[in-house]
Amino acid sequence: MKPLQRKLLRELMRLKGQMLAVAAVVACGISVFVSMSSVKHSLEVSRQRYYNKYRFADVFVQVKRAPEFYRETVSRIPGVASVSTRITADVTLDVPGLDEPATARLVSIPEYRTPVLNDIFLKKGRYIEPGKPEEVIASKPFLEANHLVPGDRISAVINGRKRSLLIVGMGLSPEYIYEVQPGSFFPDKRRFGVFWMGRRSLESALDMSGAFNDLSLTLAHGASEKDVIMRLDNLFKRYGSLGAYGRSEHLSDRFIVDEIKQVGIQITFLPVVFLAVAVFLLNIVLRRIVATQRDQIAVLKAIGYSNEDVGLHYLGFAMIPTAFGAVAGTLLGAWLGRGLMNIYTEFYNFAELVYYFRFEDVALSVLLSFAAAIFGALGAVRSAVQLPPAEAMRPDSPLLYKPGIFDRESLRKKIPVSVRIILRNLERRPWKAALSVLMTSLSVAILIAGRYTYDSLDRMVQVEFTAKHREDVTVIFNNPMPPRVRFNIASLDGVIEHEYYREEPVRMSFGHRVRRQSIKGMESVKGLQRLVDKANLQFSLPPDGILLTSTLAALLGVRPGDKLQIDFLQGRQLHTELLVSGTIDEILGLSAYMNLGALNRLAGDGGALTAAYLRLDQAKAGKLYTTFKDMPGVSGIMMLKAMKQSFDELIAQSMNTSTVILTTFACVLAFAVVYNGARISLSERARELTSLRVLGMTKGEISFILLGEQALLTIAAIPLGFLIGIGLSALLAHALSSELYRLPLVFSAFNFLFAFIVIVLVSVVSAFLVRRRLTSLDLVEVLKTRE
Amino acid sequence: MNNPQVVDSSVDVITHIQQRPLVEMLDDPLDRGQHIEVLRITDLSKFYMMGEVRVDALKHISLEFHAGELAVLLGASGSGKSTLLNIIGGLDVPSSGKLFFHGREMTAATEAELTAYRRRSIGFVFQFYNLISSLSALENVQLVTEIADNPMPAEEALRLVDLGHRLNHFPAQLSGGEQQRVAIARAVAKRPELLLCDEPTGALDFQTGKLVLDVLEKVNRELGTTTLVITHNASIAGMADRVVRLRSGELSEDRQNLTRMSPSELVW
Repeated sequence: MKPLQRKLLRELMRLKGQMLAVAAVVACGISVFVSMSSVKHSLEVSRQRYYNKYRFADVFVQVKRAPEFYRETVSRIPGVASVSTRITADVTLDVPGLDEPATARLVSIPEYRTPVLNDIFLKKGRYIEPGKPEEVIASKPFLEANHLVPGDRISAVINGRKRSLLIVGMGLSPEYIYEVQPGSFFPDKRRFGVFWMGRRSLESALDMSGAFNDLSLTLAHGASEKDVIMRLDNLFKRYGSLGAYGRSEHLSDRFIVDEIKQVGIQITFLPVVFLAVAVFLLNIVLRRIVATQRDQIAVLKAIGYSNEDVGLHYLGFAMIPTAFGAVAGTLLGAWLGRGLMNIYTEFYNFAELVYYFRFEDVALSVLLSFAAAIFGALGAVRSAVQLPPAEAMRPDSPLLYKPGIFDRESLRKKIPVSVRIILRNLERRPWKAALSVLMTSLSVAILIAGRYTYDSLDRMVQVEFTAKHREDVTVIFNNPMPPRVRFNIASLDGVIEHEYYREEPVRMSFGHRVRRQSIKGMESVKGLQRLVDKANLQFSLPPDGILLTSTLAALLGVRPGDKLQIDFLQGRQLHTELLVSGTIDEILGLSAYMNLGALNRLAGDGGALTAAYLRLDQAKAGKLYTTFKDMPGVSGIMMLKAMKQSFDELIAQSMNTSTVILTTFACVLAFAVVYNGARISLSERARELTSLRVLGMTKGEISFILLGEQALLTIAAIPLGFLIGIGLSALLAHALSSELYRLPLVFSAFNFLFAFIVIVLVSVVSAFLVRRRLTSLDLVEVLKTRE
Repeated sequence: MNNPQVVDSSVDVITHIQQRPLVEMLDDPLDRGQHIEVLRITDLSKFYMMGEVRVDALKHISLEFHAGELAVLLGASGSGKSTLLNIIGGLDVPSSGKLFFHGREMTAATEAELTAYRRRSIGFVFQFYNLISSLSALENVQLVTEIADNPMPAEEALRLVDLGHRLNHFPAQLSGGEQQRVAIARAVAKRPELLLCDEPTGALDFQTGKLVLDVLEKVNRELGTTTLVITHNASIAGMADRVVRLRSGELSEDRQNLTRMSPSELVW
């Protein structure tokens, strides 16, 4: 090893605390980048492979009932590659061990296994056998959640008849990567499952011989999805189509695409913060090294080392910790990525979710961090290179101090000397102080932003599960029911309160913008169901006109007061015009609300009800559930409590993981900044402070001077960090918002308290470490050392 | 000088000297250095600004030094002697005037040429030794042997200054005199043509200082290295072939000693 390299390594070892801090910050940044990039890539590839292998369709359309020959008609539409028709139905299930009824989405499959669109990946068991109408393949999440295995039986009410189904296989489909009950946002694995059943047996059970109610197709390369959808809409209008749609409106695909997009946002935002801090740290650490080694730089040059030699030598001080950070970050990133993928398997049901660790991601992140290291080191290295050797022989000239604002006669008398030294120091180098404050505040900000998602989801749960809904269950009807159904429901023993709504599928248009959307006609917004926006404010329902969620209004380009064109897709398919009476900024989905009476009048059909919200007498609930299980008109019930519980479980795991990761990383960041700041101050002022000791100050007094300055910087960083954290969270909320949901911007007091406590603890620990060095300074040695 | 296009006739001279057997150069101690001029300074001035005050460090200095000469530059603090030494060593540039090394004008050299000049031809010894504290004695010397063209082994350089037994000690484990001897070993290991010593005994006590001067004299005698020692201590002048005195940036005396005293005979 060459002597210069040896010098480098030994001095790095001497500065190991500071260098480790730099390496740790780099490692955090790289691990986030590497893990998130690989997760993003893995999700993309897994999704694409799954879709290709199991032929996920491009366009979907549901109808009431259409003759099978339309399959031929559709396949002749230009741009259509392949078509498949199915029969689907939502039915109630009686799951062993579950009081309340569950819902199954029955989907028809060919009796003989042939490749179809939206094919099944058979995870366990076997395919159904022809001539055995009771055989079904059930979805994996449902079976696992209910501890069912192939061979078990389960009973269902199909078209009013109770039937016993034999589960022969466990399957997954690209159509249900995100498996939720229609009308719900959150998966409830116990109460909703997809069942694949032979086409013949479904045909006979639902009286659908020679007909289908679900069609999906794939597009030929280069075909226009929009054109095909238009033709399908024309074709199936009279068969009760609610409009054809592409993958972008497919709920399951939508969730995955959004997830991938969100991961992509995290790839950019976190690593940038970490790299910025790494740049800052390298900058201050290297400047200090070069400042203390002025004479050594001069000697190296006097001996005959070239400017490049000297420059590279000092660059090494930045590159080596960065390289360590890069290696550690890559390993950590690979490990984290794998862990995150495991969490994704809880949410998303892929046939195979393969973890792809890409060399390109590692290469890119390493390249970026080295670029950051060079950028951070540049100033210091340049000053080392440009230092004229003759000048470097002389010690650094003392900093220029002039009387500042704290030196006014009036103030001077009141402020003790030690405090004056602190204030003067900060005042003399305001930029350095400001940067230290900014960097510390970044770690506070990450803490805030990390816990913000927690608060935000908490608010989401509170609004969606408590504020908006007071019911115990939602009973969903098979078909829209006439208004008199309320008498049947009211007569059920145990129903305390009941309230109804109508979901009416329509096409809304404003100018050239068109959307398929359903209007929810509500009886009241003061009873079991409420209208609550993301700020947790209650809204009232306009007597006329339509209330749109802000996102929907934005998509349509309408503002309150505009007239919206409405085409009913069912019944008499009337066309009408509606006044947009207001907007509501809701958390989930896209919705349009109307007064039930007004909607009924517009539809011109004397009224229809889609579902009922019920509040139940808990003592009689069990018996009621049994009733619902056998009720032919009920396709399913949704239990608020169960949905909340399943959501909590699902979210808790992923949230805890990401909060732990972010909190850890923020601590690393805070520690790196605060500790390095204190160490550098110590190095800069060791002589001065020791001189003060020689003059008779106590260890406590000089500690106060050094650590007091750090404490002031930290105290200044906390409120700034809160502000940046709020800004960062708002940015995150905005970036992560989609048509599916908008994160409300809320912060709990605990969030700020937590960040405060963490930052204070980190500061105390680094103060303790630095104070140990400070008090062990050898008075004579320090004074002897030539700076 | 790494660039072949900038090579001029002076390089031939350098090569010529380097190839001359030392014995030949040392044939006649009294006469040595008379033949070949190593360094010529003509009308050299240096001023710099300290705040708003102009400080004239050197005023119109003209001097020559010859091969194998041991010269002492005397002067009080602030007389400009360090500035002169830094300019000779290529660490600093004059405000006006010229410096020739073997006829080659170093004041016109590029940064790269100056680096090569320091790397090949100059050995520095500083008042505060300026050893790299994180490197051992041997490694401090290797710092030079690593990049020099025709160095002596680092161990040999340390033996030359009687430190063969402390090769692996770090600066903090060596006495001041030992540290200065390491610095001398570091300076001579590259077999420089010109050894420049800036107050080499300035930080040392009398006895240790004499030991260090002994080493310098030995190097000059045995290797024939042209040696310039700057000091404010007039007593050291006795060991030199030639004594040059500076006062307030001006040359006030330039004389030859007829006999050189051994450093051990010096008293101050």
